[in-house]
Amino acid sequence: MSVQLEPRPPSLTVGPAPRRRTPSHNLTRTSGIGLGLTMTWFSLLVLIPLAAVVATAAAGGPDGFGRPVTNEQTAAAIRITVLAAFSVTLVNVVMGTMIAWVLVRDRFPGKALLELVIDVPFALPTIVAGLVLLSLYGNDSPLGLELANTGWSIYLAFLFVTLPFVVRMVQPVLEELDQEVEEAAASLGASRLTTFRRIVLPALAPAIAAGAALSFARAVGEYGSLVLLSGNLPFESEVTSVRILSAIENDNRATAAAIATLLLVISLLVIVVLDVVQRRVARRG
Amino acid sequence: MSIDITGVSKRYGHFVALEGIDLSLPRGQLTALLGPSGGGKTTLLRIIAGLETPDTGSVVIEGKDATRLPVQKRNVGFVFQHYAAFKHLSVARNVAFGLEIRKKPEDEVRAKVEELLALVHLSQFADRLPSQLSGGQRQRMALARALAIEPTVLLLDEPFGALDAKVRKELRDWLRRLHDEVHVTTVFVTHDQEEALEVADEIVVVNQGRVEQVGTPDQLYDDPANDFVMGFLGETTTLGGVVLRPHDIEVDRGPGRAGAQEAVVVRVLRVGFEVRVSAETTAGEQVTVSMTRTHAKALHVDEGATLWLCPAVGAATVPSMPFRLRDGVVA
Repeated sequence: MSVQLEPRPPSLTVGPAPRRRTPSHNLTRTSGIGLGLTMTWFSLLVLIPLAAVVATAAAGGPDGFGRPVTNEQTAAAIRITVLAAFSVTLVNVVMGTMIAWVLVRDRFPGKALLELVIDVPFALPTIVAGLVLLSLYGNDSPLGLELANTGWSIYLAFLFVTLPFVVRMVQPVLEELDQEVEEAAASLGASRLTTFRRIVLPALAPAIAAGAALSFARAVGEYGSLVLLSGNLPFESEVTSVRILSAIENDNRATAAAIATLLLVISLLVIVVLDVVQRRVARRG
Repeated sequence: MSIDITGVSKRYGHFVALEGIDLSLPRGQLTALLGPSGGGKTTLLRIIAGLETPDTGSVVIEGKDATRLPVQKRNVGFVFQHYAAFKHLSVARNVAFGLEIRKKPEDEVRAKVEELLALVHLSQFADRLPSQLSGGQRQRMALARALAIEPTVLLLDEPFGALDAKVRKELRDWLRRLHDEVHVTTVFVTHDQEEALEVADEIVVVNQGRVEQVGTPDQLYDDPANDFVMGFLGETTTLGGVVLRPHDIEVDRGPGRAGAQEAVVVRVLRVGFEVRVSAETTAGEQVTVSMTRTHAKALHVDEGATLWLCPAVGAATVPSMPFRLRDGVVA
């Protein structure tokens, strides 16, 4: 996810090294066209729509932005969403890493099937995911867990749809990890736990952080799997995406844009924080 | 004895990796486990380290039964072929790892790391990451890391296998000198007979899960126990039913010597100062003889010429056995 720049080794040449100005780009005609296309594509799909939302939110001035997001019901929805997304991401970091570990390091019958099942939350339309969860945890739940229309339903839906992210990010990195390195640590006296903490974890940190960022972003924006399950009870199980939708349905675009902008800022913040944490873990050990 | 191995066997499914290994390695010695790939030498080294457990038999290190001891408790230094560097830690912190695990005081760790980095000539690279080092430097770092814990035995698994020929030769000489300084009981695995002959005090030839012969480089070269050991330590050819080295054959143009066999030169190949002559005896045996350029010139050895060949006096020979019987350990 991140490239760490290391100080260049000192030059071995004797005498004053010729001062060379590093050009600010290395683009040829072809790569220039490539960059142009990339930027156009990216702008059309991401940058311009994002800018439009931010512009709409800013059009109403500080008050036009502040009022909608400090609205009691909206504030509650934001709090509920962010808290749930954050908790679910934490759970995913632990469980996802563990599942990836089992899939990579252990051999057992049915492994190929499990590999396949992991991706189901990716493949399933979210509304179907909602239906699946509703049939299992709704009224008359066969498990006796009637979580529908409670705050817990949000956690349930988030956990379901974000399950694959950390697993799928960590898995390839773990596969590439040289097991001799762990044996080397063991031969130096490190217990399995110490080896995991000081040798394996730093190598996995970037992948875990990337998976966590995806997981958080997905959870914050989740809508489809929730609408059937949560009942959208204000102050209890109403999430921000539902708030945005109802704002738009009431023809209140400025409010919708304001909430969306706030979510955007929160997501960016989380991604930055995750990157900082990841760098620290990757260097420790 | 520093390491005593008794009756060690190891199977992987139906594959027999090691069978009935008995081996004693004296303290402070540099021993090479030499043999072809898949012969079991790495498995044996890993069993000594505790990275594998034997199916049967025991491993005793410095008089202490270590058979069931986990690798963490054996106090062995292990060096891997592909360095197994801790990529996210600097060179100094790689070396310090084992000491930090042992909760040594910080200044003691620092002093020890400095001393070791000086020993392996990496002092100026202390703050680099392993990825900024060359292969040879990385392996020296791995060696310093293994030596840091003051291991009872130092085990090296094909330590120079991943390096290019020139660096390999340098490191080989350097390992020999290092061992003369540090004196820790050292076992290294190699499939390169030149490496083993040059560096080791003692060579253990391992093949097909068994020990073929144990001895000093001279013993093995001059008095090989069987044709496998002979063949593995250098080129061989057969003459009159015995296996011997191509340069241990006397060549004459006339039937002067007792027991000399008549042969016709089939091919002459010159490689630098050396001339390799392929000849066929009257009995139909293919013989390879190597001689110096001057010698070949003096005798007028050309294709179609008739030669008389016999083993040189004092040549190392073993009877040739087309279907070799497995008669167990020869020591």
